[in-house]
Amino acid sequence: MKLNLKIWRQQDAKSKGKMTDYAISGVEGDMSFLEMLDVLNEQLINKGDEPVVFDHDCREGICGSCSLMINGEPHGPDRMVTTCQLHMRKFSDGDTIVIEPFRAKAFPVIKDLMVDRSSFDRIQQAGGYVSVNTSGNTQDANSIPIEKDNADDAFYAAACIGCGACVAACKNASAMLFTSAKVSQYALLPQGQVEATERVQNMVRQMDLEGFGNCTNTGACEIECPKGISLENIARLNREYYSANLKG
Amino acid sequence: MSALIKSSLARKVVMALSGLFLVFFLGQHFVINLTSVIAPDLFNSWSHFMGYNPLVQYLLQPILIAGVVIHFVMGFVLELQNRAARGAVKYASYKGSANASWISRNMLISGAVILAFLGLHFYDFWLPEMAYKYLESNPEDATRYHEETVHKFEPFWRTIIYVISFVLLALHLLHGFASSFQTMGVNNKYSAAIKTFTKVYAIAIPAGFIFIALYHHFNQITH
Repeated sequence: MKLNLKIWRQQDAKSKGKMTDYAISGVEGDMSFLEMLDVLNEQLINKGDEPVVFDHDCREGICGSCSLMINGEPHGPDRMVTTCQLHMRKFSDGDTIVIEPFRAKAFPVIKDLMVDRSSFDRIQQAGGYVSVNTSGNTQDANSIPIEKDNADDAFYAAACIGCGACVAACKNASAMLFTSAKVSQYALLPQGQVEATERVQNMVRQMDLEGFGNCTNTGACEIECPKGISLENIARLNREYYSANLKG
Repeated sequence: MSALIKSSLARKVVMALSGLFLVFFLGQHFVINLTSVIAPDLFNSWSHFMGYNPLVQYLLQPILIAGVVIHFVMGFVLELQNRAARGAVKYASYKGSANASWISRNMLISGAVILAFLGLHFYDFWLPEMAYKYLESNPEDATRYHEETVHKFEPFWRTIIYVISFVLLALHLLHGFASSFQTMGVNNKYSAAIKTFTKVYAIAIPAGFIFIALYHHFNQITH
């Protein structure tokens, strides 16, 4: 398979970037998208050019490291997969593929296709945890009865890998789906109740401070999320936030 | 409470609640307008009541105007913030149609058209009414409203502008009405029914307004 790639190249965070054209051959349908970029980088290195920088880690669709805006969609045209699980069989010989970094004010470009998503870490650090005394007398979580529906919904929310596709897809670069998933996974469990009020207030405050946009309920995030995080979480975040603030 | 007021979610609540208020107003406006087709005398008496009742004039009317102003000002504020949130460099390729409806992505366009329409609507009905009552100090006349309204729809250009505006209003409501429930935290087993209701309302009410405008336009021609 031969492909024409248009890739965003940017030397560093302060440099001005631009789209650069590359022609690549020898791409197999069974390659993942990242393996295709590996092939490109090998070709660039052999020519003495600088390889394209992109984020990746597990390449199993579970770590949330890989990103990439591919032909205008985060993680490419496939649904419920990350870029590392996107296979080249989704493309045809002769295709032109536009590859860009996730774009958001809160996700500044570090180099080429790699962006700084530590704004997500700071939202998580603002309240996405349960303070547990680990002195040895902690109650076994399995001994606490939890309604099945709540346990399931908490699990689905916890499936968020924090890749940032929701922000990349949203026309407003809103981080509501991510934040709502992190709030929901605790809001639905008894262990999360003690810090529920401070958690949602602090996480929303941090989300706003990072400069993400406002949710306008287009639903793009839910469609593009590789883990299928539901918009129900955003409604739950809204409820949690209103009730937390009305309590005082 | 102060954190709530400053937050992005508060701005969304303002949009949702002002939008729901305007949706409710639209429904009662439609009911009154419908009487101009089926019961002109009733239209005259209701219009007279709305025009001269102190509670409507000095309390509800200012609240309505405030609702409209708040909704569109906050809409523009949110839009500016949202554009800034994308950052200085925009996508070279952005396939918004792959994951969200055109309507939901272009509420600013439909909203701007509705705002422009409101300008014409005020010019057509509200300003002449204010002039009639307060500048010219004309006596009360409870029989004039139907004839005045029907007469407004005589020009073809005005009727067409009204029809186009109501189509854009329907598009705006198709996303906005259901969206306001999501913003208020309502996403549960009733959501499917709410979405159906909001879609029916979003199409039926503007379609009804279009029918009224066309009815008066063509009814006039045959006279």
